[in-house]
Amino acid sequence: MGRILAILKKEFLQMGRDRLTLGMVFALPLFQLLLFGYAIQTEVKHIPTAVFDQSLSAESRDMLEAFSASGYFDVYHAAAGYTEITHLIDSGRVKVGIIFPPDFSQRLKQGDTAAVQVLVDASDSMSSNTAIATANAIGLLKSQQIFIQKTHQAGIPYDIRVRPWYNPDGITAYYMVPAILGIIVTMTMVMMTAAAIVRERERGTLEQLMVTPIKSYELMLGKIIPYIGLGYLQITVALLVGALIFQVPIRGSLLELYGLTLFFITASLGIGILISNIAKNQMQAFQMSFFVLLPSIMLSGFLFPREAMPLVIQYLSNIIPLTYYLVIIRGIVLKGIGFSYLVPQVVALIIFSVVLIAWSIIKFKKKIV
Amino acid sequence: MITTRALTKSFGSFTAVNKISLEIRQGEIYGFLGPNGSGKSTTIRMLCGILEPTSGSGVVLGYDLIREAEKIKRKIGYMSQKFSLYDDLTVYENLDFYAGLYGIAYRERKKRIGEMIEMALLKGRQNELAANLSSGWKQRLALGCAIISRPAILFLDEPTSGVSPTARRAFFKIIQQLAHENTTIMVTTHFMDEAERCYRIAFISEGSLIADDTPENLKNEVIKGVLAEVVHPDGLFMIDDLEKLPYVKECSNHGPALHVLLESPEAVKALNDYTGVEAKIIRPSLEDVFVYLAKKHRRRVS
Repeated sequence: MGRILAILKKEFLQMGRDRLTLGMVFALPLFQLLLFGYAIQTEVKHIPTAVFDQSLSAESRDMLEAFSASGYFDVYHAAAGYTEITHLIDSGRVKVGIIFPPDFSQRLKQGDTAAVQVLVDASDSMSSNTAIATANAIGLLKSQQIFIQKTHQAGIPYDIRVRPWYNPDGITAYYMVPAILGIIVTMTMVMMTAAAIVRERERGTLEQLMVTPIKSYELMLGKIIPYIGLGYLQITVALLVGALIFQVPIRGSLLELYGLTLFFITASLGIGILISNIAKNQMQAFQMSFFVLLPSIMLSGFLFPREAMPLVIQYLSNIIPLTYYLVIIRGIVLKGIGFSYLVPQVVALIIFSVVLIAWSIIKFKKKIV
Repeated sequence: MITTRALTKSFGSFTAVNKISLEIRQGEIYGFLGPNGSGKSTTIRMLCGILEPTSGSGVVLGYDLIREAEKIKRKIGYMSQKFSLYDDLTVYENLDFYAGLYGIAYRERKKRIGEMIEMALLKGRQNELAANLSSGWKQRLALGCAIISRPAILFLDEPTSGVSPTARRAFFKIIQQLAHENTTIMVTTHFMDEAERCYRIAFISEGSLIADDTPENLKNEVIKGVLAEVVHPDGLFMIDDLEKLPYVKECSNHGPALHVLLESPEAVKALNDYTGVEAKIIRPSLEDVFVYLAKKHRRRVS
């Protein structure tokens, strides 16, 4: 116990004098959140749109109004012909072209089907998907209105009422900020502990430690524990940024969030300390960290839904701690659920922590090879 | 305190330490000498329990080197030529860290650290970062870290390399004081003046122990023949020719002088006639002994 305390004290002192460490703790969550919280938007709005209205009627104006009122289309260009529309889309100045035929209003009045052509630049799948879906929805909605008028019905036969829970306005930041927090924490924890043992090896101080009576578990725990505090500090900074700047509501219990986060921190530290025990030098340690972190970011469900991944990849993502933590933090922050819903995730993180740290303790030998 | 039997360490096909058997008694300063790469550090690391011997056995402080290495570690101090300090910790913090590792009681700690600072002549520099110390200070701080637990045995692996002569002298004075207080010390060095101060000296070459005795005995008994000193302006160029003379066994240069080893005292006259200058019969120094031993060993191996 005394020896763990000695290591703890030393690590805290060294941490306090290392500007890079402190920078990573405070600046990383701040800048990353500001950067990605604003930059990453999965929902596309305000798509630049041009219109070629050959009808120039009240009906065409009404339809166009519906498009711009949706908020998805910014109609800022009135084209004089097909070639102009084509040119505008080719050059990338608009992504959507809306074309009303000359007989648009006439056909409507006769009770025929009036066509509206919507050209979409689908080279960017994210914005084109939104444009296509919204255009279709607007068409259906407007058709409904006319049907109701004609049939003198009280309402439409089917009424599907969708209620998007937890994030009704579909604000991307609500979804992204907790996830980015998870990424920042795992990144910092893995990278810092990855250097922990190997740095002492490089400096020659590890040999000195080997001749002291310190035990493997004392050294490993002494190296890990200070970073738990650091992890919490970082999470606090990130949560403050999320709550104050992005107005992310924290619906669940903050205490529960902090409590369950412990196992995510220890799992991340376990990865780091294991890397540090395997790597021969700091360069190798950083490469290995990168090798672990990149799949964490891509496969954990941070950017892409896991349901969309092939089954093999889904299995693979089961061995990434971040996968479980994303469920926990999104659950507590957005859904306001508690521990009772998150038992499997918490158990998984505890298993990760125990296995990884135990592996390091067994692997570390007080011998020079 | 330390006994080894045929202690051997091989790295692949290379034998770094070859069947070394030695015995070190309590309170001795035991000098371990030999050229670079002769196996000194490897031996010390095995004795400290951080390197597994390939074969052979050893007992340190009554504990088996292989099976009870962790028990040995509680009672020894070790300092390597790298002065393994934490550069980003202060003098005081470095000492405090090792005091904690060796489980020195809190009540005792402050006093013990104070003693170390005094011993290492670091008073007034307690709060300076280790990084800012010059090598002499670093060396004494590293020693302080190694002996803060008051170990029964202190292993010093080239503790004085890269340190100024004044700092070296101050350091060795501390070592002698420790030995006086009954600490057993095993030290490797390249410096003859330090070797002279050891109670016993072991000479190791290419992994083998080739001499193990007191400095006095080594000087008196190893070299067979008569050693003469010749001061000649062209001395350096005469070595090869001198060695070809029938009555000359060996010849080496020591600064401006040549040390010529002769078969018998009668040969001095012949040597004087050959060189044209007056040779002086001298008592072999430790350096002579080691040059002689190293040459002899190399001849035997090849």
